[in-house]
Amino acid sequence: MSKPTRITNSIRALRFARGEMTQAGLAQRIGVTRQTIIAIEQGRYSPSLEVAFQIAQVFKVPLDEVFQYPGDAP
Amino acid sequence: MVSRTFYIGCVKILLHDRNEGAVSYEEKGTWVYLVTSAGAYFVYLAIILGRLASAPAAQVPYVAVLVWTAGASIVASIVGQVLVETARPSDSRRADVRDREIYRFGEYASRWFLVAGAAAALVMAMAKADYFWIANVIYLGFVLWAVGGSVLKLVAYRRGL
Repeated sequence: MSKPTRITNSIRALRFARGEMTQAGLAQRIGVTRQTIIAIEQGRYSPSLEVAFQIAQVFKVPLDEVFQYPGDAP
Repeated sequence: MVSRTFYIGCVKILLHDRNEGAVSYEEKGTWVYLVTSAGAYFVYLAIILGRLASAPAAQVPYVAVLVWTAGASIVASIVGQVLVETARPSDSRRADVRDREIYRFGEYASRWFLVAGAAAALVMAMAKADYFWIANVIYLGFVLWAVGGSVLKLVAYRRGL
């Protein structure tokens, strides 16, 4: 089955790098459900630009460290 | 595909939800709505088809059955959601941005069932068809809208938007 989005992300790695932050913890900080974080991590849902920025802000990294798109310049 | 999605969803709700937490409050509600809408219509069909076998359509008493099954479907979906939530409590009962997007997608895509039901009823009224058939084609449109919309939302929840 092809994923509905070509956007990939490093949320899982970033969570573990930030003291093993739970999906529930991240969800609570950006005001979405845990199921939405699971869907984003698994590439089943592309978040809105606002949610994407909120996630980057939680990890204190630029947006392109959280989300990548095929063909992104290094 | 739909039956596989249905099976996976049921198994998730009944067996794995407590461990994986992969089914949100809104998704559970959609499952309950799908089951109760389809179930109520099957009950209606079973009663009406039984009556149709022994009387012509114009003489079949359908109004009370239609009102009762439609009403029972609404009550059952509310009670069902309370029961599912009691058995498998959700982390949060608030719909988030993804829930709202999936809701809009399902409603938008399934509206054609309502339009088709209304158009068919209009044509049947112009052709002076019996009230029985006009009412039933409208009811079918509502049921397909509810069931189709729920299926589309569940596919979006499981496979992504």
